[in-house]
Amino acid sequence: MTAFTFEVLVSLKPGLLDPQGKAVEGSLPAMGFDNVTDVRVGKHIKLTVEAPDEAAATAQVQEMATRVLSNPVIEEFEVLEVAKA
Amino acid sequence: VSAPRIGVVTFPGSLDDADARRAVTEMGGEGVALWHADRDLAGVDAVILPGGFSYGDYLRCGAIAARAPIMDEVRAFADRGGPVLGICNGFQILCEAGLLPGALIRNASLRFVCEDVWLRVETSRTVITRELTPGETIQIPVKHGEGQWVATREQLEQVEADGLAVFRYSAEDGQLRDDTNPNGATNHIAGVRNAAGNVVGLMPHPEHAVDPDVGPTGGQGLFASLFESALAGTTA
Repeated sequence: MTAFTFEVLVSLKPGLLDPQGKAVEGSLPAMGFDNVTDVRVGKHIKLTVEAPDEAAATAQVQEMATRVLSNPVIEEFEVLEVAKA
Repeated sequence: VSAPRIGVVTFPGSLDDADARRAVTEMGGEGVALWHADRDLAGVDAVILPGGFSYGDYLRCGAIAARAPIMDEVRAFADRGGPVLGICNGFQILCEAGLLPGALIRNASLRFVCEDVWLRVETSRTVITRELTPGETIQIPVKHGEGQWVATREQLEQVEADGLAVFRYSAEDGQLRDDTNPNGATNHIAGVRNAAGNVVGLMPHPEHAVDPDVGPTGGQGLFASLFESALAGTTA
């Protein structure tokens, strides 16, 4: 078995209100950054999976991202493999 | 007639479990405490998933609780037609578990809301509205920060086509106005049901609206309906 490390990036679907992004965006002009728009805050989940090979590990992370790490009703996700031990 | 046994599940971070059991008792039922880590519903006649902040709303509201061991039993109970009611966080859990359509996100106002609201009853074909009449309005409090019901386009079309909306935020006379929607919910939807009508979730808190000494009593009809459903042992 090999340990594969992944990052899962979860973001709200475009069009859905992102209150955290709004709040961050609202704070920037006061600091002099008055040219920033479209701030969206998402989730970054890092995890390590023990699997026989890369394909199995990737498939498992994709399934976990679909079934629990994100909610497909309101979110989309991206899986990045960052390292293998 | 024996008192219906109504199970109330406590998750880590549930807040309104004791209130829900108290409301059941006040209305003449027997409240049964259930525990999230058990795979046992203790033979209850109906299940309530109460309000609160299970697992501190980590990941998403209700996401972790929806995968708790007892939820396998709740799902099987629901599949057999057993009455299941999710209130506030319990509604979020049922959506996360895939037992109800849609999801609950941050209120459009970005503010926590805590107030008495009017709800227009949309259907009597559920285990908590069988004693109510479509079109009538009831008053019940809300208290939530993430209660804006949203859905995919396909889900929304199905909800409206099949009459799965159970309550809409309205004025006392039943009119739907922007200022009667406390969280920006799509189509003013405050609660939804599954196709069979035995699983229902809503953001407002009927368990806080049964005692006339402390506020509105709009929750009484929901508990009366739930008890009748529980004793009948069938769906609405």
